[in-house]
Amino acid sequence: MLTTADLDALWLTFKVASLATFLLLLIGTPLAWWLARTPSPAKGFINALVSLPLVLPPTVLGFYLLILMGPSGAIGQLTHFLNLGTLSFTFAGLVIASVLYSLPFVVQPLQTAFNSIAEQTLEAAATLRASPISTFFNVVLPISRPGFLTASILGFTHTVGEFGVVLMIGGNIPDKTRVVSVQIYNHVEALEYPQAHWLAGCLLAFSFTVLFILYSVLKTPPQVQQLK
Amino acid sequence: MKPLTARFKLTYSEFNLAVDLQLPSTGVTVLFGPSGSGKTTLLRCIAGLEKAPTGYFEINGHCWQDSGHNQFVPTYQRNLGYVFQEANLFPHLTVLGNLQFGLKQQKKASINLKENQELLELLGITHLLHRKPDRLSGGEKQRVAIARALLLKPDILLMDEPLAALDNKRKQEILPYLIHLHQHLSIPVLYVTHSPQEVAQLADTLVVMESGKVIAMGGLTETFNRIDLSFSQDKAASSVWQVTLLQHEPEFHLSCVEIENNRLSLPLINAPVGTGLRVQIYARDVSLTLEAPKATSILNILPARVKEIKNDNHGQCTVRLELGSQSLLAHITQKSAQVLDLRTGMQLYAQIKGTSLLG
Repeated sequence: MLTTADLDALWLTFKVASLATFLLLLIGTPLAWWLARTPSPAKGFINALVSLPLVLPPTVLGFYLLILMGPSGAIGQLTHFLNLGTLSFTFAGLVIASVLYSLPFVVQPLQTAFNSIAEQTLEAAATLRASPISTFFNVVLPISRPGFLTASILGFTHTVGEFGVVLMIGGNIPDKTRVVSVQIYNHVEALEYPQAHWLAGCLLAFSFTVLFILYSVLKTPPQVQQLK
Repeated sequence: MKPLTARFKLTYSEFNLAVDLQLPSTGVTVLFGPSGSGKTTLLRCIAGLEKAPTGYFEINGHCWQDSGHNQFVPTYQRNLGYVFQEANLFPHLTVLGNLQFGLKQQKKASINLKENQELLELLGITHLLHRKPDRLSGGEKQRVAIARALLLKPDILLMDEPLAALDNKRKQEILPYLIHLHQHLSIPVLYVTHSPQEVAQLADTLVVMESGKVIAMGGLTETFNRIDLSFSQDKAASSVWQVTLLQHEPEFHLSCVEIENNRLSLPLINAPVGTGLRVQIYARDVSLTLEAPKATSILNILPARVKEIKNDNHGQCTVRLELGSQSLLAHITQKSAQVLDLRTGMQLYAQIKGTSLLG
């Protein structure tokens, strides 16, 4: 059965993934909107940057974050200056890393959803007295609901499944940074196979259920390039 | 009412729009021209969907754009109605939700259906209110889009080829609604089309555009018949006359109208004597003869003078005739033109096989 340490890891994972998903939607929505609509030449650059976590080994991302968040890194200096201490090996650091790591999984489905809205639909809203902000909330968001569902679920599940980045910048601190994937690794290292089975089974069941619901509910489920 | 002033200058890579127009403040003004002539761009400039670097537009004392004073009112703050080629209904809302969308933006109470019953009935959409757009036909969608624009009581209604995306059957289904609307609306309507048929049926004023410029403008009957346009060689080319109803001949199911001191017989019209009417005569229904025929089944034979002759590359000849101040188009074969030895200035007779009543 699951031990207290296992339950703690599950709870921590849930907290990290929820908070990261929330932040991802907050950042990802305007970013995806900008990418979907801008004629700016910077679009290709930003798109490539956002998509990097799709192809980079998580350890590479984790390594750079570790350097940046460390005492002599740019982010580390900033957080020191703000009296926040160092972010590496903390819960906050883990959430920030998760946001970067899962960014393309949220931005891409949103971008696809926004792209599919015809310019004329927005123009029609403008001719019906809707300001750009009202158009966004009353036309764009409701039409993009399936895109938001996909983005949230992919962002959440992908954060739950992260391992390499956590090991690099979060380590293995109980209640702070020890998420389920790390806990499974610990069990296997200690040859506690039954424990590992329980946790791994939980993750497998969770991931499958969520994806099963996603593919059953949506008329146009996410494509492979969005899933990775 | 003051006329509307529209002045715009806009340059794209290979396209220049340069117009300076005084548009009538009532009735339907049709912007007519081939694709690429700039009529849609002009409409979009008026709506503010396109920002012309140099532009001026004023309606009912409201200035929507005055580039000289750096003034540009964004589209959503202009009191206009816009109907696109596609209905552009919001797919997540029902018909009712679509109709209420604009009113909700203005924080007004939701639509009073009773008050607008007449409009909804006129457009034939009362039974559709609770349907989603994906369960409407193309024609129904477009009617909802028209109602959605009109419910906001705009100062002007802009329509960009509202029938172009519909098949012929749907077009014929929607045209009567537009003609009815035309009679009920007190606001100016700007209607973009490249269909002579729609021009003939809807226009009060006609603005003809070509490569970004206005090449002719005026009342429908003068402008439609006068100008030398590519569409006068079109198979469906026609002339439009404004006529007055003279008398009825119910025993023959005919009505008699007057045009330039000539009489014209039409199928019985359900309207009182003295009514002004618009009739359309297709060029293919007009034949020419040099002498007044004595025994013929054709009722309508009018004296006319040849104004202009134009041959195309398919053996067809387009003849523009003059009847007093009116003009009439005839399509005959080039062979007939040679046999008759047609020349400009010749007096002859036009035999009209059929006429149709508009509006």
